[in-house]
Amino acid sequence: MIKKFDKKDEESGSGSNPFQHLEKSAVLQEARIFNETPINPRRCLHILTKIIYLLNQGEHFGTTEATEAFFAMTRLFQSNDQTLRRMCYLTIKEMANISEDVIIVTSSLTKDMTGKEDVYRGPAIRALCRITDTTMLQAIERYMKQAIVDKVPSVSSSALVSSLHMVKMSYDVVKRWVNEAQEAASSDNIMVQYHALGLLYHLRKNDRLAVTKMLNKFTKSGLKSPFAYCMLIRIASKLLDETEGGHDSPLFDFIESCLRNKNEMVVYEAASAIVHMPNCTARELAPAVSVLQLFCSSPKAALRYAAVRTLNKVAMKHPSAVTACNLDLENLITDSNRSIATLAITTLLKTGSESSVDRLMKQISSFVSEISDEFKVVVVQAISALCQKYPRKHSVMMNFLSNMLRDDGGFDYKRAIVDCIISIIEENPESKETGLAHLCEFIEDCEHTVLATKILHLLGKEGPRTPQPSKYIRFIFNRVVLESEAVRAAAVSALAKFGAQNDDLLPSVLVLMQRCMMDSDDEVRDRATFYMNVLQQKQKALNAAYIFNGLSVSIPGLEKSLHQYTLEPSEKPFDMKSVPLATTPITEQKTEIAPVATSKLPEKLGPSRQDIYQEQLAAIPEFQSLGPLFKSSEPVQLTEAETEYVVRCIKHTFARHMVFQFDCTNTLNDQLLQKVMVQMEPSEAYEVVNYIPALSLPYSQPGSCYTLVRLPDDDPTAVSCTFSCTMKYLVKDCDPNTGEPDDDGYDDEYVLEDLEVTVADHIQKVLKPNFGAAWEEVGDENEKEETFALASVRTLDEAVGNIISFLGMQPCERSDKVPENKNSHVLFLAGVFRGGHDVLVRARLALADGVTMQVTVRSSEETVVDVILASVG
Amino acid sequence: MHCSTPDEPSLYTVKAVFILDNDGNRLLSKYYDPELYPTMKDQKNFESNVFSKTHKADNEIAFLEGMTIVYKSSIDLFFYVVGSAQENELMLMSVLNCLFDSLSHILRKNVERRCLLDNMEGVFLVVDEIIDGGVILESDPQQVLQKVNYRADDNPLTEQSVAQVLQSAKEQIKWSILK
Repeated sequence: MIKKFDKKDEESGSGSNPFQHLEKSAVLQEARIFNETPINPRRCLHILTKIIYLLNQGEHFGTTEATEAFFAMTRLFQSNDQTLRRMCYLTIKEMANISEDVIIVTSSLTKDMTGKEDVYRGPAIRALCRITDTTMLQAIERYMKQAIVDKVPSVSSSALVSSLHMVKMSYDVVKRWVNEAQEAASSDNIMVQYHALGLLYHLRKNDRLAVTKMLNKFTKSGLKSPFAYCMLIRIASKLLDETEGGHDSPLFDFIESCLRNKNEMVVYEAASAIVHMPNCTARELAPAVSVLQLFCSSPKAALRYAAVRTLNKVAMKHPSAVTACNLDLENLITDSNRSIATLAITTLLKTGSESSVDRLMKQISSFVSEISDEFKVVVVQAISALCQKYPRKHSVMMNFLSNMLRDDGGFDYKRAIVDCIISIIEENPESKETGLAHLCEFIEDCEHTVLATKILHLLGKEGPRTPQPSKYIRFIFNRVVLESEAVRAAAVSALAKFGAQNDDLLPSVLVLMQRCMMDSDDEVRDRATFYMNVLQQKQKALNAAYIFNGLSVSIPGLEKSLHQYTLEPSEKPFDMKSVPLATTPITEQKTEIAPVATSKLPEKLGPSRQDIYQEQLAAIPEFQSLGPLFKSSEPVQLTEAETEYVVRCIKHTFARHMVFQFDCTNTLNDQLLQKVMVQMEPSEAYEVVNYIPALSLPYSQPGSCYTLVRLPDDDPTAVSCTFSCTMKYLVKDCDPNTGEPDDDGYDDEYVLEDLEVTVADHIQKVLKPNFGAAWEEVGDENEKEETFALASVRTLDEAVGNIISFLGMQPCERSDKVPENKNSHVLFLAGVFRGGHDVLVRARLALADGVTMQVTVRSSEETVVDVILASVG
Repeated sequence: MHCSTPDEPSLYTVKAVFILDNDGNRLLSKYYDPELYPTMKDQKNFESNVFSKTHKADNEIAFLEGMTIVYKSSIDLFFYVVGSAQENELMLMSVLNCLFDSLSHILRKNVERRCLLDNMEGVFLVVDEIIDGGVILESDPQQVLQKVNYRADDNPLTEQSVAQVLQSAKEQIKWSILK
């Protein structure tokens, strides 16, 4: 029979697979021989293998058939064939989730785990723990404790690793095995040492003191296992990070000493840990960099890869620290592993001189098509960084990028390129036209809607202000003809901007608009009709408000206000000023340039932080009459770090009131605080109206209390005020373990730091993409101008930073970036003052001995202008 | 930004391990992180992506879909060990080497598809002894072999087994020429 099978197999050629045509039903049928007596180990083994193979291929087993096979399998425990028994353990683990009543094998496994056959014991423990739940764990606890300290390493390791798996499920039970794990940690066997350390850390990781003690013990006693060393290094660097321990700490010394370990794995782990530490100085980095440099010439590809990847990371923050490795990196740019070559080149781009850029770019373009998208993104990011460093090189880069844009590639890759080109355009005005031309070419054949709309938006913003705006019209209008709805709509908006900015183009734009009004899509038609009507008015102010700068309200807020309006219809027209403003998106932080996991999460337009606060505050009855939330500040710490209570304050501004939200955390585990409130004493005519206490503040669970303050009505210019704050509460002592409080408590108070309210709390940032248009729109009716001398400021950069943070307004037209080597600069700021009044500031700065500043303020409301000027003075 | 700080220190080092044949078909796969590629379809897509990017050049290490992958090939087999982007590459390498050396021993150096499939139970057992739920259980091939205590079929030399030996020799030669 078997012979026949083999023969047939042979005929079918070399590619045959004995498992290829397995049928689940046939295999389950075969499984009946498990019930035959005597057991035929070889045949049974073969069938178990088939079952596991099928499961591994993703074959689905129904509960009934799985359970049936599982029960038949249990009979095989009668055989003493070693391999068969081992395969039974594997089957148990594989079927633990699909078969019912798997606990039936508990006693067989317990027997094997405590039996004489050492080969069975480890695997039996692992299989047993796989099918054990919390309730049954108690029953085997005694055996587990014994197994952890068993002298046979495989038994001890199996017990430790299984305990680790079970921590998630039964932390409280496994916690009781700490002493056994401790004993196992001093085992001679390297794997037992490693597993014991892992389990100990996992059980103690929330107790910083215990972790510190453990580290001290193991770093002194010295371990044999390189894996355990790596684990220790990770724990030490995490602890250093959390405690912000200085680099003179013994933990740092330990990590550094591991650079001299004789195992490469440990040395690399230590070097990588040092490189990833925040605030490392060049001197501290040097030893890590020099071991990485050695690894660069290793014959092992994985080690070269690890080294160059880590050096790449160093080069981002400390390019000069890596310069010493330039020669070694040069040798890697022809590495047959393209990942290594790419990382080497991008590192060199960061550390090398301007003169080497051309050569490196040439080298990289020779194989850019061979590397994976992940690394192409790395290349693009390196170019992006390079353009900031050497602005003069932008033409080389631009060329390179446009070639890459033409190549095949996924969305992330294309987006990285487009983002890079856009940032070059923004940094270098002279590259604008070439950049826009490349992007125009790209959208002619672009399958990604998101990118096409993004580029169209950019064209609308930048195109009209170029010397030859007319040449972009063709590209934009092609989109209207050829693309999907979203892209067409974006194209219409872009066209409108050309019409609004350039009078000579207006007639042609109107003609094109007319055609768009016959589009098949609602959104496109609506936009076209709207823009058409606005453009026909030929009024600068209208163009500025409705075409260039758009709405600055929060979209979820608008939705909610409109919904509210339709629920309670009134005679009054809907007031846009009642809608909360959009908090300007914080400019996207440059993502780290490294092959780190590209986030897989789709970017969702979630509610902003302020929308969340609005919701939370609206739920409190006392605050319901305050109107829409105007602005929420960043949290301000009112306590030192590491004190008994941690309190931070968020200032919420409303039209006539302010709400101070105090987020308090109690860090004492033997206290329960109740009726917590923060009493505030204002220095000015501010009036405290109401306190909303936090009812209960148990250990380490944050809670919030609020204080409501009315702003002075009679003096609108009183925008700043200092409050002295005291936290008052009822203390009840409690048992640190159970959290059970005593019945009696006593009143106590705790003095917090003073809280400042400044002009910035009354102004919301608003981005005006076209500041000039907005400036004209507001007009000079309430314009005021004053000149100030900022004697203490030494540079224009510093002055710009100070003004922005003082006024809390949004810099526009990238005017927050001061070009190098200039003696004067103009800063444009936009915002909305509490109550919904637009306010714009133009600050002309001149650097002489100190900085002289001429501030011009425009607003729709005169008092606002006065407030701003008064507060600057 | 926390992407620069390493993950929570833990023993969970290996995210997945798989063995593919030279058409990219799965012979054995284990995924240890239930959040990573939760469905069979995700897993197979990942495997085929990895295979298409790695089967041409024997480069030992690659970075795909945000994962570090170390790999090795032998005749018509491809062995892969997958870890997170932050993982120590050398740790993953030690797992891969241990897997390969252990298998090479139980297959008596015939690390090729046919021989592997004929000893599939041994392969399952070896993987089980090296990694347990993502934790490196053992990295020394000698220890693994001792624990598994498995030997490829010890049949007396019959007619068919001679034929098998010839067959496998033929395949080995063929693949070494084709490579």
